[in-house]
Amino acid sequence: MSDALIPVTVLTGYLGAGKTTLLNRILSENHGKKYAVIINEFGELGVDNDLVVDADEEVFEMNNGCICCTVRGDLIRIVGGLMKRRGKFDGIIIETTGLANPAPVAQTFFVDDGVRSKTRLDAIVTVVDAKHLLARLADSAEAEEQVAFADVIVLNKVDLVTPEELDAVEARIRTINRYARIHRTTKAALPIADVLNQGAFDLNRVLEREPDFLEDTEHSHNDDVSSMSFEVSRPIDPERFNAWISTLLQEKGGDLLRTKGILSYQGDDRRFAFQAVHMIADGDFIGPWPEGSERRSKLVFIGRNLNRPQLRRGFEACQAVDKVPVEKVGA
Amino acid sequence: MSETLRRFVLEERGQTQDLGAYVVGAVFDRGGTAAFALGDGTVRIARGPDWPVAEVHDGAVLSMAADPLAGWVTGGDDGGFRRVGPDGAVSDIAQYGSKWVEQVASWSDGKAGVLACAVGKAAHVFDGAGAALKTLQHPSTVTGLAFDGRGKRIAASHYNGCSLWFVGAKTDTPRVMDWKGSHTGVILHPAAEAVVTSMQENSLHGWRLADGQHMRMSGYPSKTASLSFSRNGKWLASSGAESVVLWPFFGGGPMGKAPLELAGGDGVTCTQVACHPSHDMVAAGFSDGLVVLADIGTQRIIPVAPAAHGPVSALGWSATGAFLAFGTETGFAALVDFTPR
Repeated sequence: MSDALIPVTVLTGYLGAGKTTLLNRILSENHGKKYAVIINEFGELGVDNDLVVDADEEVFEMNNGCICCTVRGDLIRIVGGLMKRRGKFDGIIIETTGLANPAPVAQTFFVDDGVRSKTRLDAIVTVVDAKHLLARLADSAEAEEQVAFADVIVLNKVDLVTPEELDAVEARIRTINRYARIHRTTKAALPIADVLNQGAFDLNRVLEREPDFLEDTEHSHNDDVSSMSFEVSRPIDPERFNAWISTLLQEKGGDLLRTKGILSYQGDDRRFAFQAVHMIADGDFIGPWPEGSERRSKLVFIGRNLNRPQLRRGFEACQAVDKVPVEKVGA
Repeated sequence: MSETLRRFVLEERGQTQDLGAYVVGAVFDRGGTAAFALGDGTVRIARGPDWPVAEVHDGAVLSMAADPLAGWVTGGDDGGFRRVGPDGAVSDIAQYGSKWVEQVASWSDGKAGVLACAVGKAAHVFDGAGAALKTLQHPSTVTGLAFDGRGKRIAASHYNGCSLWFVGAKTDTPRVMDWKGSHTGVILHPAAEAVVTSMQENSLHGWRLADGQHMRMSGYPSKTASLSFSRNGKWLASSGAESVVLWPFFGGGPMGKAPLELAGGDGVTCTQVACHPSHDMVAAGFSDGLVVLADIGTQRIIPVAPAAHGPVSALGWSATGAFLAFGTETGFAALVDFTPR
């Protein structure tokens, strides 16, 4: 069934980072696929494609009690309209404006039933400028959120910086988002297989890659975005997990930009994929655990003011209590 | 449903076609001919055995309405607002570049008429012949357009409410009906007693026009995409639940009243509703392709078409109420004859 869902790639990045260059590269490559492209009408450069939709980024707040649940109403309408010509294109690419916060775009794919039933968010791809990223991060919350939300980061214009500067930029990206794949490019040149059909929101691959797992008692008190992951070995009690995570998202959802995880529920042979954008959460079983694999549950947080000890204790407490062994009868 | 053992009306008194593309609209023109607007940019006119094709848009048709005199008007994702004559001849009313013409609406009393289309935040209003009258600007994208029963007023839904305009006003100042959130469609009560919008949050919101009293109609499991008032405005039929939900607009309702639910029980979502133009009856289409006709007074259900061919995406009555046209997301289209025999 999920094969019928149309993949959506979200392209974000600050003004001048090379977003439109990447988009035109994707479209001009000879891949035999057709994409519907949704761009902002104030885009910097023209886009050469058969099916281009001009969008006004119209964000609104849902009346569902979540203060941070904002959604792109224009996307809901456009996806609905595109579905009327179903079969005429293979995927959708959404280019956001440079100043856009990615949360409303991502949340649209969680919140709207019509969009969810027809499409799947494949990946958020953020293009950053190696030369200017550090300055942007210093003066713009949006630039930081674009990095934090990314599944794939295209670190562009690497020819304009020294190798040392480049390493410093990449290290800075890693402090914000340890889980994105980073590709170093010049003129946004990279194989489109690195950008499209990432299946990032299926979480399979993202969570299998566990870069330099750090176990410390770090507790970020400032407004910088950071990322943390946690792993437990005993099966998770679904009720405990739901109770804990919903309270956590309700209380800290404003700070938690993205939460994702693969869980081993007690008594179930399937992997449960959990993900959230701010307070809006979603989860589904994604097929069985591979034969012979260790069933460890993993959870990743990307956000501000992450309290590692508290998050770890909370997650650990979601593990199911071991069943009391049946007493042996007889002597 | 208790009466599903009956034969489907479509089997004995219907014509069908597989049109091969998403059916966006099923609309009768003033002369009583049905046409189907499709996601491949064409309009199919249900005349003769072959249903001739009019190539109207380069892309998808997004919305269709009856032309005030004869034929139809359509909006497309190629930026065109076009007229399709009864013979299938296509002409431009207006062209809006790369913008989508997402909504069209029309009103006619058989002599004079008025037309409108929504493009982004603007609603463009035309006389019945297609001459531009005015452009009405809104704070955000217009998601729905509706004329009142006399063609005097037009309502446009958008973020945080809807705007009511007088078509003939010298200076255009809207009456803005406020309610926070994303309003995704609009309908006016036939006697202009109320205006009702569908909302992102699976609910309806209404305003009584006499005093601005709010009406909240909620509890739907999915979006309320299709709305239709019964001929005298007593009932508002809506899609979005596993039955046809009808809100009473009499006896102080809908405030504090429970809606009437018809044709439910199958666990399948109602996707389209269309009230009969002269009787208190409502036709409804469901997400499995089932189409029924429900008598609001007796609650009797007449099965029209079986659950097949995909979600019903368009439904419409002829002006006399003798014919019903419907189409589905998979391109199935049907014309059903209800004339007494």
